[in-house]
Amino acid sequence: MAIPSCATRGERLWAWCFRGICALIFLFLVGPLLVIIPLSFNAEPYFTFTPGMLNLQPDAFSLRWYHEFFTSEAWLSAIKNSLIIGVCSTVLATVLGTFAALGLSSRHMPFKGVFMAVLISPMIVPLIISAAAMFFFFSKMQLSQTFAGVILAHTVLGIPFVVITVTATLSGFDNTLTRAANSLGASPTRAFFKVVLPLVAPGVISGALFAFITSFDEVVVVLFIAGPEQRTIPIQMWSGIREQISPTILAVATLLVAVSVLLLATLELIRRRNERLRGMTPAE
Amino acid sequence: MKKTTIATAVLAGLTLSGLAQAQTLNIVSWGGAYSDSQQKAYHDPWMKKTGDKIVNIDKSANALAGLRAQTQAGNVTWDVVDMLPSDAIIACDEGLIDIIDADKVLEPAPDGTPPSKDFLENSLGECFVPQIVYSNILAFNTSMFPKDKEPDSIKALFDLENYPGKRALQKKPINNMEWALVADGVAPDDVYEVLSTEEGVARAFKKLDTIKDHVIWWEEGAQPPQLLADKEVSFASAYNGRIFNASVNENQPFDIIWDAQVFELDGWVVPAGKLDRVKDYLAFATATPQLANQAKYISYGPARKSSSALVSTMDGTDIDMKPHMPTYGPNFKTAIRKDDAFWADHLDELSQRFNAWLSS
Amino acid sequence: MTLPSDTPEGLTTADGRPLKASLEHAVRRHRLRALMLVLPLVAFLIVAFILPIGSMLWRSIDNPEVSQGLPLTSRAIADWDGQELPGEPVYAALYKDLETGYADRSIGRVASRLNYQYSGMRSTLMGSARKLGRLEGPPWKAAMISLDRDWGEHDLWRMIQREARPWTLSYYLSAIDMQYAPNGDIVEKPGYLQLHVKLFVRTLWMSMLITALCLVLAYPVAYLLATLPAGKGNLLMILVLLPFWTSLLVRTTTWIAILQQQGVLNDILVSLHVIGNDERLQMIYNKTGTIVAMTHILLPFMILPLYSVMKTIPVGYMRAARSLGAGPVTAFRRVYFPQTVAGIGAGSILVFILSIGYYITPALVGGESGRFITNLIAYHMQTSLNWGLAAAIASILLFVVIICYLVYNRLIGVDKVKLG
Repeated sequence: MAIPSCATRGERLWAWCFRGICALIFLFLVGPLLVIIPLSFNAEPYFTFTPGMLNLQPDAFSLRWYHEFFTSEAWLSAIKNSLIIGVCSTVLATVLGTFAALGLSSRHMPFKGVFMAVLISPMIVPLIISAAAMFFFFSKMQLSQTFAGVILAHTVLGIPFVVITVTATLSGFDNTLTRAANSLGASPTRAFFKVVLPLVAPGVISGALFAFITSFDEVVVVLFIAGPEQRTIPIQMWSGIREQISPTILAVATLLVAVSVLLLATLELIRRRNERLRGMTPAE
Repeated sequence: MKKTTIATAVLAGLTLSGLAQAQTLNIVSWGGAYSDSQQKAYHDPWMKKTGDKIVNIDKSANALAGLRAQTQAGNVTWDVVDMLPSDAIIACDEGLIDIIDADKVLEPAPDGTPPSKDFLENSLGECFVPQIVYSNILAFNTSMFPKDKEPDSIKALFDLENYPGKRALQKKPINNMEWALVADGVAPDDVYEVLSTEEGVARAFKKLDTIKDHVIWWEEGAQPPQLLADKEVSFASAYNGRIFNASVNENQPFDIIWDAQVFELDGWVVPAGKLDRVKDYLAFATATPQLANQAKYISYGPARKSSSALVSTMDGTDIDMKPHMPTYGPNFKTAIRKDDAFWADHLDELSQRFNAWLSS
Repeated sequence: MTLPSDTPEGLTTADGRPLKASLEHAVRRHRLRALMLVLPLVAFLIVAFILPIGSMLWRSIDNPEVSQGLPLTSRAIADWDGQELPGEPVYAALYKDLETGYADRSIGRVASRLNYQYSGMRSTLMGSARKLGRLEGPPWKAAMISLDRDWGEHDLWRMIQREARPWTLSYYLSAIDMQYAPNGDIVEKPGYLQLHVKLFVRTLWMSMLITALCLVLAYPVAYLLATLPAGKGNLLMILVLLPFWTSLLVRTTTWIAILQQQGVLNDILVSLHVIGNDERLQMIYNKTGTIVAMTHILLPFMILPLYSVMKTIPVGYMRAARSLGAGPVTAFRRVYFPQTVAGIGAGSILVFILSIGYYITPALVGGESGRFITNLIAYHMQTSLNWGLAAAIASILLFVVIICYLVYNRLIGVDKVKLG
């Protein structure tokens, strides 16, 4: 928001105030995430800044909690479980969701609204309700306390994100392109792989990222249906926070912030590529 | 005495090791220091002897829910479950766990006393084999009170004037209601009689009202030592073993108020249909030497009389364990035995009332 | 493709079929293909999601325990008029049921079920079953009452008659703090047992407060983002997206680190001598903790929809209003604000829906006063093990969420949901 030169003094003052307010809100958004990063290097088992840290004494900082994290069998197996569950459910959700989105974006799709509402519903239904429902049902199906059960549950939770992002990409999709490919002799399959897929790829990838982070961050459902063999990172954190808060949790938190920065950067790259492909230059 | 013990153990080991092929046992317990003591006293020797693999599952806090769900699913993955007797009564009534004939399944004492005589009176249940006697006690951080004004009675919990500060209490009616009544003047022996009446319940809640704003409610057994160590609270209710371990292993300045301790048993149950599979482990883990050994690692009293006699010092130290046991004479004077039958009947309603009280 | 609309029947395709039929055929084929693409997912969701939810809803009224565990008694008591104590046949049936139920250990489930309704029923049932052997024979009425005086209680039999039906409303009644009076009327529970309605109300008002806070904080930020040049805007957008993408548990943990008594904020206040070391503020494990942490967590869900609406409002409108003589406040109030109402609606409903269903954050930082109804669902699922009641509370919550969802769908359309 540029301040016009013709603005009166009062307006200028207001404009600066406004920026100040916005800066405070941004601080509220990001500040907490920044606070934990230095705390995770605390040499002492405290959750707050020690005097040494404030005076920037080198021996007040240490990698102790990171060391604890990377040498703990419980945490390492949690990472492994989180990755297995995250990747499998992402693949399932992405494949099912992408096909469904292709169908939903067709002009000829009947009852589009109803189908869409059903497909989005796992995102809207409170997690505790989904978790309770799945707990009862999966127990009956002998799926509780198994990897298959947790993966299926997370697939359900990831699907809305894939459907939403892929349909959004497809809504800008020019159908004449497929027709052109067809009329130039490409089979429908070939046209799909050569024309449609590259164009919706960004949507698919960002949908997949959403699905992955949903699974990677999910606690409630895992809490109800997972067994001891399926302890994930969030479960490990959850019990850590409830029982004994050790700064190891902060080290994990810092690492997870780094993961989200990576994901965010990937998404941003995809978005830019997408805009380029569509012939839109990002407005400067 | 000692020689016979060792001989029996060796003999038992020899006969057992020939029987079964190595298998994996999923054992559900409480986690933390308690699971550690079981690991050292029962699991490690058993694994060494048989080659079995034991997986620890820290789900005892929700064991009844887990048993119900797994039984309903027809897919019970747990083999042995550590449970409170009150839960075991319900699980047994509902047919979720196997009936255990103690004299047939378990080992006799080294002198040949059958299990039904060797375990503490009324401690064996239809489906329940006790391991230990533990106690819910009130603990405090000695550095928070002047030496000459240290609390020694349960009344201190409700005495905000002389003992200010927050209190950490477990988020359930059990123990808290008993303590409220005792602090209000009810004799420890009459607590459950009074609690059976509407006036008694109201009286307990009225007493709890006086400290309600000063209570932090905990749900996990690991929290109270943590809260005491951080000096977030002046008093915390806790399991006596956790407090003992924190003060010995981590040099925390904790002390226990044994007045009006609420003690109860804790022990094994076997999910329905699993008894054949785990019989040998169960007999081994509840034999006299193993139960006595557990007391080297945590200050819970063995549930067998023959084991109590063997309790000596804490592993690797010369700390005599006996004075730290709930059953030790001076500690036991005003003890309350948790009435499982009372709570089996009234827990549903009193929990409801307790929760409503919490958020009023 | 434009067709002469008056004579479509006359046209034919190259292979000689009427064009209209051919087109219809093509449309049908397309429609079928679209359906085929969607169906696998719909089938999957029905099995893995809709059915579980359905069976949970069913569980909230399902009442098999008594009718299955005491089958003879249930049948015998069905046409009791409720005036005098039931007659001998009912007691005889009870004796038989207890005998079989105790032998195959199915009586325990009935005891657990009835104990929810009538404290002490567990020991009445189990105790009687255990002592059946002492009875010498009919008449069973007097015999059973001699085993346990409760069997002579009129109210107890009314309760058994009610709960012997294969479905029940008692879980729903309990979920709204009501109960059956002995005579069958539906009455409020005594005050000291009322909890659920209070928590429902608290969940709703705290969610509204959180939604309002989010709106107040999101509006200026979204406006700034929408009006900045794209380069700077994108940069600042990252500050919104970063928390959005960061693990919920991480964000909750940070608030614990900041707000707890030995935490960062209290330390700062103490070192600035705003408060003394012994008057550290309790900012967490209560309502404040829940509100602050949840506002932080849900804020991006408000900013993003607001931003996408504001982005479409041409800057020229405000300028035009100003140049026509409106003051800045008037121009904002009359021109800009009305155009953002759709975004406000979208963001508010979204945040509200997410908020009333939150479990993790209130459970970790809410303490007693910051608990939500969701925490009670978890409590009944895991601790009290009253699964029927958990299902009933969950169903009510689900109903509220679905209403909000339908409103949202009506106003904005689910297909317009944008992510990031």
